[in-house]
Amino acid sequence: MKLHIDSTRCQGYGECLPPAPGLIDLDEWGYARLLVVELTGDQETAARAAVDACPNSALRLER
Amino acid sequence: MTLIHMAPGRSAPVLGPTPNQVESLACYLSRGGYRSDVGPAELLARAEAVDLRGHGGAGFPTAVKLRAVRDGVGTPVVVANGEEGEPGSVKDRWLLRARPHLVLDGLIRAARITGADRAYVYLSDAAAERGVRAALAERDPGLPVYVVRTEPAYVAGEESAVVRCIDGGPALPKAKPPRVFEHGVGGAPTLVSNVETLARLALLALPVPSAGGSGAGGSALLTLSGTAGAAVLTERQFGVTLRQLAVIQGTFDPSAVLMGGLFGGLLPPDALDLPLDRTRLAEGGTGLGCGAIRFLAPDECPVSVAADAVDYLSVESSRQCGVCVSGTRALRDTLVALADGRCDADGVVKLARWAQGLPGRGACGLLDAAARLAGTLLAGFPHLVEAQRRSPCPVCAATPPDAGRRLRVPVPVPATDTSRPSRSTPACVG
Repeated sequence: MKLHIDSTRCQGYGECLPPAPGLIDLDEWGYARLLVVELTGDQETAARAAVDACPNSALRLER
Repeated sequence: MTLIHMAPGRSAPVLGPTPNQVESLACYLSRGGYRSDVGPAELLARAEAVDLRGHGGAGFPTAVKLRAVRDGVGTPVVVANGEEGEPGSVKDRWLLRARPHLVLDGLIRAARITGADRAYVYLSDAAAERGVRAALAERDPGLPVYVVRTEPAYVAGEESAVVRCIDGGPALPKAKPPRVFEHGVGGAPTLVSNVETLARLALLALPVPSAGGSGAGGSALLTLSGTAGAAVLTERQFGVTLRQLAVIQGTFDPSAVLMGGLFGGLLPPDALDLPLDRTRLAEGGTGLGCGAIRFLAPDECPVSVAADAVDYLSVESSRQCGVCVSGTRALRDTLVALADGRCDADGVVKLARWAQGLPGRGACGLLDAAARLAGTLLAGFPHLVEAQRRSPCPVCAATPPDAGRRLRVPVPVPATDTSRPSRSTPACVG
């Protein structure tokens, strides 16, 4: 699985960080930055939680 | 004023023999245009054999793109992209103004290769639009060809912005995936190809001797500019060095080179021996981009040019991505501070961090260009940066950022009156 971010949708809420601290970081302006693109099997649950947490649907999982 | 420079005895297939005149249909036909003796499969093979690359900026292999669009799901659409957003480039608008039939010929051939049932010419230049419409009225292209005019903007020629505008939306980039080759105009597989690339595709259909062997795939249109001389539109074979190009433009000892429009960053003088060669330029951390190159004379400083170019990009940000709005603004403010001699050591550290971390984070490449300008300034001019951190530079003080106005190059205006050709350049030669 791959984690994608749509930068046009990221509003810097930061809601994705708590569920997936090792996969996502916030930059100095608060926007999400991916630390990992290709996910290993044990990262998928956290990634899915981050996707669900975004109030603006900026994150997406893709096979 | 922009001069068109022809090298005597050298092949310039896209400039053609009479670049200062609008090429009529009769003229284009007499030069071998629109001939049907080379079929789509053979032309695709030729594009692959000469390794034809895109001339809009990314340099992607044209044959690969054509094949991907042809093999996509649904009936493809082809688009000639003539929206030249780079302020230092004029070649695409010149090409549409002077040789619209050459571009249309390439567009129609791309439609035949991909199986497209309609085609678009996308542009913002009013004179180019008139030329293309006149050319379409002169000859039935054999499939529907629509001309779509957009407002000029740096990002308006980015492929997803092109598709969005043709589909009736704003000319603003979209997040990828999907890429337009699989999901473009109306959801169809879409070829968005730079007009020079399409011109070269059409030239590849000429009998091999007149294409000059490597002719169509072996050269590039270039817009050369600098304060030491007039801007120059020329066509040169790959392999020519940046130093030779500087001489053609009239800057004999440039202190820096602004490469690839705003996409190739700023290079120090030791890069002048680099040849115009996609691989070598990539190894040198830069790129040909759209073929626009600015040579800095002593009255321009790399620091203020970087600040000015990033100021321009910051203004041209389509303000869709938060990271682009914040990132270009931060880069601009810090570079302006550096040009003013009021940047602290922390500012330079931040520039380095942004140059490293910002590329790839926006929906389009604008943020990458801004980051590369900062990164190449730090990498290529460390002593200058350190000196200007301590004290203001008189050149920078004399040339404050003005949203890139000085980077703009005027587009040549080809003459339409072919009834009275000058004696040295008959209307229809070659």
